Amino acid sequence: MPHVLKPLLAFAILALLSPAARAERLLLSNEKDNTITVVDAASLKILQTVPVGARPRGLIVSKDGKSVYICTSDADHIEVLDLATLKVTGNLPSGADPETFAISPDGDTLYVANENDNTITVVDVPGARVIGAVSTGVEPEGMAVSPDGKLLINTSETTSMVHFINPETRKMIGGVLVGQRPRYAAFTPDGKQVWVSSEVAGSVAVIDVATRKIVNTIHFQIPGVPRETVQAVGINITNDGKTAFVALGPSNRVAVVDVATGAVDKYLLVGQRVWHMAFSQDGSRLYTANGVSNDMSVIDVAARKVLKSVPVGEEPWGVVDVP
Amino acid sequence: MRSAEDRRRMGWGATRLVPALMLAATLAPAAAFAQAGAAQSGAPVEITYLALDAPRPRPSTELTPPPKDVGLAGARLALADNATTGRFTGQEFKLDEAVGADAAAVTAAFKARLAAGARNFVTDLPPPLLLALADLPEAKGATLIDATSTDDALRGADCRRNVLHMLPSRAMLADALMQYLVVKNWRHIMLVQGKDADDALYAAAIRHAAKKFQVGIVADKPWSFNAAAQQADTGHFQVNTEVSNLTQGISYDVLVVADEADNFGDQLGYRSFLPRPVVGTQGLTPSAWSPMFDEMGSRQLQLRFLALAKRMMTDRDYGAWLAVRAFGEAATRTASADPAAMAAFLHGPDFTVAGYKGPPFSIRPWDGQLRQPVLLADDRSLVSISPQPGFLHQFYETDTLGTDKPETTCHMS
Repeated sequence: MPHVLKPLLAFAILALLSPAARAERLLLSNEKDNTITVVDAASLKILQTVPVGARPRGLIVSKDGKSVYICTSDADHIEVLDLATLKVTGNLPSGADPETFAISPDGDTLYVANENDNTITVVDVPGARVIGAVSTGVEPEGMAVSPDGKLLINTSETTSMVHFINPETRKMIGGVLVGQRPRYAAFTPDGKQVWVSSEVAGSVAVIDVATRKIVNTIHFQIPGVPRETVQAVGINITNDGKTAFVALGPSNRVAVVDVATGAVDKYLLVGQRVWHMAFSQDGSRLYTANGVSNDMSVIDVAARKVLKSVPVGEEPWGVVDVP
Repeated sequence: MRSAEDRRRMGWGATRLVPALMLAATLAPAAAFAQAGAAQSGAPVEITYLALDAPRPRPSTELTPPPKDVGLAGARLALADNATTGRFTGQEFKLDEAVGADAAAVTAAFKARLAAGARNFVTDLPPPLLLALADLPEAKGATLIDATSTDDALRGADCRRNVLHMLPSRAMLADALMQYLVVKNWRHIMLVQGKDADDALYAAAIRHAAKKFQVGIVADKPWSFNAAAQQADTGHFQVNTEVSNLTQGISYDVLVVADEADNFGDQLGYRSFLPRPVVGTQGLTPSAWSPMFDEMGSRQLQLRFLALAKRMMTDRDYGAWLAVRAFGEAATRTASADPAAMAAFLHGPDFTVAGYKGPPFSIRPWDGQLRQPVLLADDRSLVSISPQPGFLHQFYETDTLGTDKPETTCHMS
């Protein structure tokens, strides 16, 4: 874009954003410089950079919205960040090398993927203790809990499987083989499907939860972009269950997918190596963590346009939107 | 190249890469886990690791002796990976380790396994022995996955239908290096070749690649100095003078060395007449694997290997890991332990294996070579990964490395 237009455009975007000013903040985990960047959602200005434990990756907001749980992978625990003070107020045990996790609908249980141990650790949040473990495939990564809390999903990257686990008994109840290196699992809001991204295969498997069968496999072909850079990772599905956004890693694109048909409607150019994403509270914005360009892209969900990029810390991995 | 890489990559640098927590991390005990809904379905998938425990050349320094389980450790890790998957698919995997002290012992072990019904073999063998085994009449229904050779003839005129190759060939390695030199616009090279037959093959690959990518060889010289001199007291003075003399009066951008056994290549850097970098079998080295590589999820493989073998992963470990994983993928994706079904899948268009270097790896049907990017690394850093951007191919960009279909001399009957 010509340089003369840039300030104008930035001004226009700010003008667009300002009326909808929300007291929302975005937290990004920067896995290389061991910080959390706190960004004001309205102004897109950095409010604070919070030092945390080594290699922060997965982020989840607590049920009461007062804190954020952070997988500090190389510190081998989960840190609890208080959102009022922006200070780490405590740790939760997690097993070794926690990378990603999922939370039960009641907010009391965390299911943590221990990537190097082929294990899922079950953590009781109020008691701050480990209450169980599930042996799983090689390199567990993606974690998701169904909307009704009755099903736990885990993906294992080298095993290339989606594991169905009963969270109550902590027993495997089934598994589905998918494309290579499954990274992320997301339920549709009705809980009837689980979408699983495969990084190396560069595809998304749509799995029917009731039958545990793949009903569709979505492939991504971006004109002029080498196939090997298309690595599907984060998946965020809109609350109305109609649209899925799929982060495609080093292809620097986010795919917009029609949930009903599985058709890719559009590719949005974002920062480099986009992995994980988060919707704003009202669902009008989607924020992406771009690990190589060290920034966050802001997407207008309705218009399907990238509005702005915001520099953050080093190697941003994930992002959450907090009230 | 073997011992050079083994020595370098077994790595004292390991502790730098790995946090202490990894030492505590172990593979989850498979037996303690009751898997609902995964009934054991028949016979186990049996894989035989067939290796010649050849006497190793004396390393150029005794301070970093080569590890004894190179190759085998990679196969063992892949078995553990396959077995974990097998718990969920109801498949059991077994690795039979058959290591012979000479060709006769290896041949006898191979024949005995074939007679007992084994058909899935991972090999760590010199090319002539591999060929002799593949050509045995009783080996016709067997699949031999060559985990460790880089020999181009095995992928060319000596190719066999029942043999697949996991590591990049010398031609692929040389092309990967040459693409990088072209990108850097370092187009004038001096080549120094060691005395061994393998060095001649490596140098030939370099010459071929230089021609292909229009890189000029301004000098092409043999290394004839006594390799042991370095270990004599004050020997380094002699070596320095020798390298200086060898390179004097020649104007070149990089010194390319062909010394697969690591006899002298490490003694060239910092000693040449002009200050020029060393590339090839030492210095900046094209290779399948490097301990300095931790992109694309490879960190997990590096850490799993380190936890198992207590050292860093070498090329040959990586090749053996890929080979056992290839059999694992074939068994998992066909839901079968039948070697014929697995072999058909391995040779078919649907086979891929995830090798932690980006795109899924598939097999080139014309010569049985596993497609893959090639790393360019020195002892302390990953420098680049080839194919370099801009080297395009009609079907697979990795097919800009090595012998492409139109040029192949492999004609499988």
